[in-house]
Amino acid sequence: MALLMGAVAYDPKVVTIWAGFRSWFADQGLDFDFVLYSHYERQVEDLAAGRIDAAWNSPLAWIRTERLAAAHNWRATPLVMRDTDRDLTSVIVVRSDSPFHDVADLKGETIAVGAVDSPQATMIPVSFLRAAGLRPEVDTMIRRHDVGVGLHGDHIGGERDAARALAAGTVSAACMTDTNHLLFGREGTLSAGSTRVIARTESFDHCNLSVGASMPEDDMRRFGDLLLSMSYTDPRVRPLFDLEGLTTWLPGRTSGYAALATAVDETDFYDSAGGVTAGEEYAP
Amino acid sequence: MSTPSAPVIDLEDLGFEQGAHLLIQRALRDLPPGDELAVTGSDPALVVHLEAWCRQFGHRVHDPGGGAEGVRARVVRGHTDLNRWSAAERAGGPGSNGVVENPAPHWGLAARGALIEQGGPELPFDLTERKLVWADIAPNLYATAVSAQWNPDEAVQWEAEVALPDEVERAVVQIMTYLVENEQAALVIPARLLSRIHPHFREVVQLLAVQAADEARHVEVFTRRALLKGGEMGTSAVSGRESLATLLTEPDFSLASFLLSVLGEGSFLNLLSFLDRYAPDPVTRQVTRLARQDEARHVAFGVGHLQYQSAVDPSLRTRLRAAVERRHDALVDTAGLNQDVFDALVTLVAGEWTPQAVKRGYAEVQRLRTEMDEGRQHRLIRLGFPPDEAADLSALHTRNFM
Ligand SMILES: [Fe+2]
Ligand SMILES: [Fe+2]
Repeated sequence: MALLMGAVAYDPKVVTIWAGFRSWFADQGLDFDFVLYSHYERQVEDLAAGRIDAAWNSPLAWIRTERLAAAHNWRATPLVMRDTDRDLTSVIVVRSDSPFHDVADLKGETIAVGAVDSPQATMIPVSFLRAAGLRPEVDTMIRRHDVGVGLHGDHIGGERDAARALAAGTVSAACMTDTNHLLFGREGTLSAGSTRVIARTESFDHCNLSVGASMPEDDMRRFGDLLLSMSYTDPRVRPLFDLEGLTTWLPGRTSGYAALATAVDETDFYDSAGGVTAGEEYAP
Repeated sequence: MSTPSAPVIDLEDLGFEQGAHLLIQRALRDLPPGDELAVTGSDPALVVHLEAWCRQFGHRVHDPGGGAEGVRARVVRGHTDLNRWSAAERAGGPGSNGVVENPAPHWGLAARGALIEQGGPELPFDLTERKLVWADIAPNLYATAVSAQWNPDEAVQWEAEVALPDEVERAVVQIMTYLVENEQAALVIPARLLSRIHPHFREVVQLLAVQAADEARHVEVFTRRALLKGGEMGTSAVSGRESLATLLTEPDFSLASFLLSVLGEGSFLNLLSFLDRYAPDPVTRQVTRLARQDEARHVAFGVGHLQYQSAVDPSLRTRLRAAVERRHDALVDTAGLNQDVFDALVTLVAGEWTPQAVKRGYAEVQRLRTEMDEGRQHRLIRLGFPPDEAADLSALHTRNFM
């Protein structure tokens, strides 16, 4: 029976990528197939219900998966992750000519973030600010940019809108990943040298390929071994890696999700049993 | 100062938003994977951006900010860039001596001699064998063809005095109408063939492209001459169109080239010389003379290509013979040349409606046919056919000339 994986269709390239991997797996004798979801919550619920065997999970989706698994006593495994999803950081950025040099200087100011469910552009940075003494909506105003809610920040639009708000001067600071700060500088959304990084979060991990309870142990090992054997030197794999933005698969790990778990608890995004408690603002 | 074990790159105030990756890449290029590069520089975002950039390209940043004086980060060189090019190969060589026998389909549109990353789409060129498309004279013929291009506005004196008796003018218009129809076939065929040839055989594709452009000019100048006096175009008979249709349906590159260039355009060389000789006005003379110069190149490539091919493929002549016979059988029940065209050629030579003039005209057109036949036999012999076989095959050529 086919090993069935879920993926969220945040971009049309998702089809190219997973259809490409599917035919590569077929050549290795693995019957692999995938289904697409329009947002992460239904995908996680289907993984929990055993309707799919694996899921390409955002870090937030992983946390919910982990909580559902713990609450219902099944095992969830982060099988592999992209090398490029390890040890990311997000940055708090201000305009170069602004008087802000430290997070504390942002007291009473408005800070732009991404979508409500973006780990990297909203949840982790806001939690970081809170830890630095800036309580959201008390010490500082948070201006969200809700693009692609339910995609857990995979859609870059919210982050880019936050950067634009900073450039336009309607906010005092903006939150984004280090990678996107570089991207926005290179593409001109933020003109080179016009912004300054005043703070940087601890490093955290991003997506992983999560395996649910329905996949037998042997199949999981085989699936993981095949993924880890994919090489950037293989001309069939390389274009797919380039599209998916990795240079090699690495074993999954759980050590990089603590900051996000804290943020989830602080905002009551999910409860400890994996229920969605985020309220009306989160409507994927 | 850099030491052999720990090279240092100083970016000064250059940031990653301004191209710093170029200097990092260059410094990493000659390091083996696993070696370190120390980075100094004053851009405030240097470390943040260096880490983001390295993550994306498979390098690691190690011990940022620590260590020697001014060093803000250490890059551990990865091998992603090396992996990308590890199985790369050269697509032959850039010169015409670098043409390979069988260029790979995935080389696609890459320049000949380029370093080819493995993988990528296989483009649907079906003419991918050197022996099927190449001719050693193609590079020189291309260069000659480019330098011999002419501008119809300047090369022809359209203002020259043209005042012919009505019936002679009508004969000229009929001949031009016939020429346009044949030139259109001669344009479409190389254009279709060139889109099927692997771009590795660059000079052949270029030559066919210029050939198609030549034919486009011929279509133009013959049309302009036909309309010079403001009349209507002449007739187009089914028989002529049937003859040309059999040329368009030949899928084999060598056979199409043989039928079109060696036999068809070869016969046209005689026709265009004839029209030059008997042109009743300077415009007709100029347009046919200009077209003839171009046609001579088209014939030369056809002959050169087939000479090359028959040297590597002894069975070629059998297939050429079969192609002529097949085309003859397909056309055997058709009339061949449009009667209006034949009559117009006679009229052109006669110039007047006296029995003696018509007799002279008719004899000259018969002589043209003999010249065409001799020319075809001569070219067939150059391709290696014995004289008697050359004579047989020439006799089977279409009566439509093209
Ligand atoms: Fe022509
Ligand atoms: Fe021609």
